Amino acid sequence: MFRKIRHIIEKEFKQIFRNKTMVGLIFGMPVLQLFILSYAADFEVKNINIFIQDNDKSPTSTELIQKISSSDYFDIKDVDTYKNGLSLVEKNKADVILSIPQDFGKKINTGNKTTIAITLDAINGSKAGVTQNYLQNIILQFSKEKLNEKIKIDVIPGIDLINRNWYNPTLDYKVFMVPGILVLLITMISLFLSSMNIVREKEVGTIEQLNVTPIKKGEFIIGKLLPFVVLGIAEFTIGLLIATLWFHTPIEGSLLLLYIFTIVYLTLILGMGMFISTFTDTQQQAMFIAWFFSVIFILMSGLFTPIESMPDWAQIVSDFNPIKYYVDVMRLVMLKGSSFANVSYQFIIIVIYSIVLNALAVLNYRKTSG
Amino acid sequence: MNKVIEVENLTRAYGDFKAVDNISFDVKKGEIFGFLGANGAGKTTAMKMLTGILEPTSGKGKVAGFDIKTQRNQLKYKIGYMSQKFSLYEDLTLKENVKFYGGIYGLDNKTIVERTNLMIERLGLENIEDTLISEIPLGWKQKIAFSVATIHQPEIVFLDEPTSGVDPITRRQFWDLIYQATEEGITVFVTTHYMDEAEYCDRISMMVQGRIEAMGTLEELLTKHNAKDMNEVFLKLAR
Amino acid sequence: MNTFLAFIRKEFKHIFRDKRTLIILFGMPIVQVLLFGFAITTEIKDGKMAILDLAKNTESQQYINKITSSGYFILEENLQNYSQIEESFKKGTIKIALVIPPTFAKDLGTSKSSAVQVIADASDPNMANMLTGYLSGLTNSFALEKSLINKIPINIESKMLYNPENKSVFMFVPGVMTIILMLVSAMMTSITVAKEKEIGTMEILLVSPLKPGVIIIGKVIPYLALSLFNAFTILTLGFLVFGMPMEGSRILLFLEILLFIISSLSLGILISTISKTQQTAMMISLMGLMLPTILLSGFIFPVESMPEILQIISNVIPAKWFIIIIKSIMLKGVGIGVLWKETLILLVTSLFFIVMSIKKFKIRLE
Repeated sequence: MFRKIRHIIEKEFKQIFRNKTMVGLIFGMPVLQLFILSYAADFEVKNINIFIQDNDKSPTSTELIQKISSSDYFDIKDVDTYKNGLSLVEKNKADVILSIPQDFGKKINTGNKTTIAITLDAINGSKAGVTQNYLQNIILQFSKEKLNEKIKIDVIPGIDLINRNWYNPTLDYKVFMVPGILVLLITMISLFLSSMNIVREKEVGTIEQLNVTPIKKGEFIIGKLLPFVVLGIAEFTIGLLIATLWFHTPIEGSLLLLYIFTIVYLTLILGMGMFISTFTDTQQQAMFIAWFFSVIFILMSGLFTPIESMPDWAQIVSDFNPIKYYVDVMRLVMLKGSSFANVSYQFIIIVIYSIVLNALAVLNYRKTSG
Repeated sequence: MNKVIEVENLTRAYGDFKAVDNISFDVKKGEIFGFLGANGAGKTTAMKMLTGILEPTSGKGKVAGFDIKTQRNQLKYKIGYMSQKFSLYEDLTLKENVKFYGGIYGLDNKTIVERTNLMIERLGLENIEDTLISEIPLGWKQKIAFSVATIHQPEIVFLDEPTSGVDPITRRQFWDLIYQATEEGITVFVTTHYMDEAEYCDRISMMVQGRIEAMGTLEELLTKHNAKDMNEVFLKLAR
Repeated sequence: MNTFLAFIRKEFKHIFRDKRTLIILFGMPIVQVLLFGFAITTEIKDGKMAILDLAKNTESQQYINKITSSGYFILEENLQNYSQIEESFKKGTIKIALVIPPTFAKDLGTSKSSAVQVIADASDPNMANMLTGYLSGLTNSFALEKSLINKIPINIESKMLYNPENKSVFMFVPGVMTIILMLVSAMMTSITVAKEKEIGTMEILLVSPLKPGVIIIGKVIPYLALSLFNAFTILTLGFLVFGMPMEGSRILLFLEILLFIISSLSLGILISTISKTQQTAMMISLMGLMLPTILLSGFIFPVESMPEILQIISNVIPAKWFIIIIKSIMLKGVGIGVLWKETLILLVTSLFFIVMSIKKFKIRLE
């Protein structure tokens, strides 16, 4: 039995490495994308184009503008009227307009209330929200200072928030994104290659020849699966090297645990690909289905948007998303040093999921038709 | 008399349509058995049932002594098959293809090497043994595919339209290969829709719309239907 | 002309014969738009929190109530000691921990400040940042309620233009539409053309009296129709289900969509001319296009915040320009007077892809 599997494995490897373009794509594309895209996935909002309509032009308003400009988040420009400001927003030149009223300085100095208007381009809702937050904090800080100047008390009594950021004190996005993007790349490569695999033999007709040979379904699937597990592990290792050497992503937890989890996860994804491959007739169909699921898995994995904010039914849907578990575990183990006991829940789910999908693939691969 | 194939009342139905309708026949060891008929007469369906990849609706059959319904896996070690669709991997070399198919029949490496060398020598393929199949001309590919289908020295080899789309000279050479195989004791079961190829077969069965309408040697069929060649026989039966 | 029509008819038949692909082609956009429209939001709420309350008095209870009733936090655990914090972080059950000091009530109302500790799981920096921000806002307003000084002199009046309720769906409908159009157009064409090459039917077509250019156009037209249909479905769902506005000109929107589809189709053809097998074509169009389109187009992450070099790279991604265009037309209602630059870029990239394909195609034939 083992000998037969070995021959399938050998054949699959030969076929993979024969097509030089494919080898280039399989290894080159993920590496390139890991390098580039890890820099792209950053929620921090910078270079905000703010247009300030200063109707006051007093020392106080100038002071506020200086405060805004010293925050590094904003590119400040002036605009004369609100209407002109709006047309700049329309042309995508301005992200936000800040309007300071005429008697701003006077009112503050006489202890009266005044109002600043912020107008944001809210098409990108999260960016608008963050911008609003930045400005509110700056203005609140400014008010406090002004207040302190007037009532001559050093501190407003209250609650000080002492803020600690564990596991990533500098809030470096890349530390967070690199493991996640690595997961996506490995998932996509494995899923696409495996879902095309069996259906390709169907399309070119070699499957008919294989069907009359004494090879068993299970042997066939295992023989096809293993080369891709090896490939996936190779990709993972390269990715991990880039993550640690280039991006300085820490690996706090056990490397062994990471590899064990990766292997199980790969069998899951490959099982899914094989399953897709068994019920489709053409590579085109297989690719479509693989694409459909990978987009859903990627966007609902919690990598780019928080799962906690989804409605309940969507959170239940995301419980069936294998990427979610793998991203979770990669982060827990790499960044927080979680132990096997900490991630045993995710582990069990992945194992069961993998067994189910591979069983489906084996059952659904029919050597006998009708 | 040694029967390699025994078939009794074999039927395969798709709903009301009977692709193979109650056929019975025997094939003797070492025979070349021709399975003739027009496209869509049910030849391929019958062959799929005999090779254990399609379940019969009713009837029974034994191939190489194994039941086609219950002993499929043992059966598969004893048969070779060459499909209508081209069955070698285009992106592997000749040698790699042979090694792969030999391997999944459970041959050990030494045997594979011996038989590969024998085959290369016999077909005179010394200079293309490491060439990708995609770069080899079609006529040669068919011969290689046949040799690959018999690499595990099966008792019987099934050939599904092996010569379709091949020029007459290559067809002739291909039949030489088939004769060579029978000399080694391999039984050959071949489907074709070239009526003139019937003369190469020891015995012929003629399928029309799922049923076997005639069976016997070439002479028997010609005398019985008072025809001068198989084409005439076919036209008479198909009418 | 008749032969050309016959050819297009053949292509349509190919597509419509394959019922499964057809179902996926039409069903996929609907499922994805609905799923993402309802489920995905960049907004952060329901942050899972653990609280270690060392004060355990009325004020700390009020403080906790204020936090948990805000909607931003869910109280996941009440901790007993400090060491439990790390345990919970390692299991991944909480995102943020709050430690209220034993002196909490006593300090309030005096001139001394109470020090409340917030520990965020910064392995997700965005989450950590936002949650800490919310908490500091809530804490400030709690302190102001408790202290008597309530004279912050500056009011802030915010106005969210174009999207007053700040719905993420206004981002996701254009984004999902872009991804789907890109897929159907680029991937499908690259695969069908590569398939004809692989199984050898391309040669048969090439020896037919039809010109190569005509063959390609014939192959592409059905996918153009499919893509337009998908765009229509997605937009209809956007209007009816998610209340997307349509401020600008419908004709302009249609033309821009057409332009983007053409640029994707020509990209698909370019991919097919450089790949020998379907597999290669798929790997290029799927692996090569999917993540870059999602990440570099401004679909989720704002392009302006990326490092300079990535901002430059993102310029070659047609999806980026298309997303700007549809958002501007639908949400802002601007016209071609504002969008001529983006439109021109799409036009130029399409032309570039087409010219490159023709060049590559000719080289192959010689």
